Amino acid sequence: MNLNIADWMMGLGGGLLIGLASALYLLGNGRIARISGLLGGALGQGPNRFLGERFAFFVGLIGAPFVWISLTHVPAITVATSPAILILAGLLVGFGTQMGSGCTSGHGVCGLSRFSPRSAAAVAVFMAVGVLTVTLGRHVIGGL
Amino acid sequence: MRRRILIALAAGSIFGIGLVVSDMVNPARVQAFLDPFGAWDPTLAFVMGGAMIPMLIAWALTSNRSPLFGCGFPAMRTEIDGKLVSGGAMFGAGWGLAGFCPGPALAALSFGGGGLFLFVAAMLAGIGAFRLTVGARAPA
Repeated sequence: MNLNIADWMMGLGGGLLIGLASALYLLGNGRIARISGLLGGALGQGPNRFLGERFAFFVGLIGAPFVWISLTHVPAITVATSPAILILAGLLVGFGTQMGSGCTSGHGVCGLSRFSPRSAAAVAVFMAVGVLTVTLGRHVIGGL
Repeated sequence: MRRRILIALAAGSIFGIGLVVSDMVNPARVQAFLDPFGAWDPTLAFVMGGAMIPMLIAWALTSNRSPLFGCGFPAMRTEIDGKLVSGGAMFGAGWGLAGFCPGPALAALSFGGGGLFLFVAAMLAGIGAFRLTVGARAPA
């Protein structure tokens, strides 16, 4: 188990920023910061009048980390998965988030904080299947 | 309209920096959270907990008010159906396999290497595949 308190505190701080961003979008524009939904919308689904702001959200989401790491340091991240698994995973995440109407941001951050039973059900399902997938992939079948 | 775009740009930027600061852009850390029978890493729970605090306040502030630059807040959907459960299960499987959900995959795109582009391209293809199949028959 990772008992590094500094990691937990960076998680808490980063989480506060994520919540602050979601709160700003909600109170400012009256919209839910649901990444998968905004992404589906930016690709042509939903009312066109929100297209500009959806695009702007993604400019920030992709661009700001680049500026941030230029000013600080590049985080050492590990993408250990094989290309075939990455493609399968991407397809499942893309299809699944549209079918389930949300991901960790929409159902997780925004839905749970609203005490939405629908979002709580979605979070319970994707957390459980996520744990099952990693457990099977690492401790039963192997290879992950 | 311009103010709404500036709010969206600021929100997306803060969101992305939060994902880097919390290290949720690192799929190894996300997979370690989903691995209670291995070297479990609880950091993701702190991220979710931290994000709850501003959002609990924000939802409380929405009652009897309007958004600064909008006409209303979204209604809460309540239906728990097969699409929610099967979609959530598919997302959970992909999330576990790669350690990426949509936000972190996009936030890490500028520095995460070639695998990220593969994942994001497949994710966009998955969105398109939904649009052409289940999504074409009924609104999501």
